[in-house]
Amino acid sequence: MITSQPDATGHFGPYGGRFVPEVLMAPLEELERAYHEASADPAFQAELADLLHNYAGRPTPLSYAKRLSETLGGAKIYLKREDLLHTGAHKINNCLGQALLCRRMGKKRVIAETGAGQHGVATATVCALFGLDCTVYMGEEDMRRQRLNVFRMRLLGAKVTGVSAGSRTLKDAISEAMRDWVTNVHDTYYLLGSALGAHPYPVMVRDFHRVIGLETRTEILRREGRLPDAAIACVGGGSNAIGLFHAFIGDASVRLIGVEAGGRGGQLGEHAARFSGGSPGVLHGTHSYLLQDDDGQVALTHSVSAGLDYPTVGPEHAWLHDRHRAEYTSVSDAEALAGALRLARTEGIIPALESAHAVAEVIKRAPAAKGQIFVVNLSGRGDKDTDIYRENLPELDADTN
Amino acid sequence: MPTRIEQLFGRLKDQKRAALIAYVTAGDPSPDRTPQIVAALERGGVDLIELGVPFSDPIADGPVIQAGAERALKAGTTLRKVLEMARTIRKTSEIPILLFTYLNPAMRYGFENLGRDTKAAGIDGCLLTDLSVEEAAPYVESMRKAGLDTVFLAAPTSTPERLKLVAQFSTGFVYLVSRTGVTGERTALSNTLEPLLASMRTVTTLPLAAGFGISTPEQAGVVARVADGVVVGSALVRMIGENASDARLEAFARSLREGMDR
Repeated sequence: MITSQPDATGHFGPYGGRFVPEVLMAPLEELERAYHEASADPAFQAELADLLHNYAGRPTPLSYAKRLSETLGGAKIYLKREDLLHTGAHKINNCLGQALLCRRMGKKRVIAETGAGQHGVATATVCALFGLDCTVYMGEEDMRRQRLNVFRMRLLGAKVTGVSAGSRTLKDAISEAMRDWVTNVHDTYYLLGSALGAHPYPVMVRDFHRVIGLETRTEILRREGRLPDAAIACVGGGSNAIGLFHAFIGDASVRLIGVEAGGRGGQLGEHAARFSGGSPGVLHGTHSYLLQDDDGQVALTHSVSAGLDYPTVGPEHAWLHDRHRAEYTSVSDAEALAGALRLARTEGIIPALESAHAVAEVIKRAPAAKGQIFVVNLSGRGDKDTDIYRENLPELDADTN
Repeated sequence: MPTRIEQLFGRLKDQKRAALIAYVTAGDPSPDRTPQIVAALERGGVDLIELGVPFSDPIADGPVIQAGAERALKAGTTLRKVLEMARTIRKTSEIPILLFTYLNPAMRYGFENLGRDTKAAGIDGCLLTDLSVEEAAPYVESMRKAGLDTVFLAAPTSTPERLKLVAQFSTGFVYLVSRTGVTGERTALSNTLEPLLASMRTVTTLPLAAGFGISTPEQAGVVARVADGVVVGSALVRMIGENASDARLEAFARSLREGMDR
């Protein structure tokens, strides 16, 4: 059976590892030890399970998308409804886990980065729940396009610090969060929001999201009596995707399909498609596929979706890619927007723009897949993207013109 | 044969003096200014130059050096061009040069190529800020083969086991991060430096240079009494960002040197 676990120092094949300034090395070792102890502690696991169930709303439904499936005329499409979780996205799974770990480690101050704002909101939420001081770094461009989430974080008591460096997006927010951590490491817990960064984050964040795939697997077997033919998810850092994929890695019959942001076009700087446009490199503590120029400078990225607008990808995805266990493709801004509209009109579900990328990929593939079962991770809901949908669908906003 | 870095620390040890080490971002504000700036600093008494290769995402740097990297990148600075600058410096100077950057530009260039080309350019060693000793074996092997020193960082958070590893992988000297945090000027010196120096002395005989937050002659003087080298970066990069003349840079270096020799 194919499995996917890192080696003792956090490498997935040639990827992953721990590439940070020396100041952070011992704190990462400490975090790794604390995480191993916690994950082996039944009391920790029981408290997390209770919170996931009674606070976040797990298990999430697996909705059969009947009208979408029928109008496409091919595969039977199921939606894993992470959008129905408290705070509106899968991000809360990881935040609850790490907040428990933070409390266990005795740290009182939490920092986080956010792109679309969903991780920021989930972090602000768990900090309120546990009484922790919370600072969220967010690129100024992302603050502009995800304004609603900025306000939600502040409403929850978090401090949102804008980052004006570089592309003013997720990449720069992570850099600034790392600078804060380097400075305040003695009392601060860095609650990283995706399955990337230095070891142990890629493993830890994945483990907290594994529940997505485990629930999906149980439920599809109960409903259909067999495994799906494909599991499909959008990939920014890759946490919702690895959470869905991981339960199926050993099932060779299940195709694992990750969907990156194709943005506006194939030129470097116009997209965030790391596998087609990038090459191995190191950014933010991990070795993975990276969008970079010939001199090793990190490239700018573009996506209509702030959560996918990032130049590198979680190292486990890089490893799954190279072993041909998962395949990675991309859809454009326009395709994602069209996918969101179609899902809204056929299923009554407005997806987050990130998740809309996975939906758009399914729309492409389903017609030719009669008799197959597809599972799509609907990682988040679209409320936060209302302004972007309005900008891009002006005809629906006509009475305000 | 000992590198210029090793020779420098050997000489200074005999004189019972600490090395004045200056960090400048190569190509800031322009590639042709860098050799002039280095010459001015050398005239002012700088003993060793850390030549920074700008990186797009400098996570260990504060706002001043971030801005320097941005200026240098805007001026078209690449690792290749930094090597040209080093060659130009080497035409008129024997000052030891340590190439100082982040891992990704070095990895992209290829460690083997980096070792060969930096040595050929007259550079004496390398330091990669975000390369931990655990991940450093292939890099160190290439640098050794080329005859270059590899300097690693030790930090106040480093455990005794880690300090041993840092010592084991370092040649030339060890760079002590005097406090947790990013690069930048500070009004007060950290109280974490002396314990770190003491711990490091128990595991190595290599020279120990201290940096991060040292920006005035008084601070340089205090650190020079306990460490073998004093690194000043942000204060210089800030002056360079303000288009300071060579004369001003030279005078500032001299004031640091005098603060250390007092």
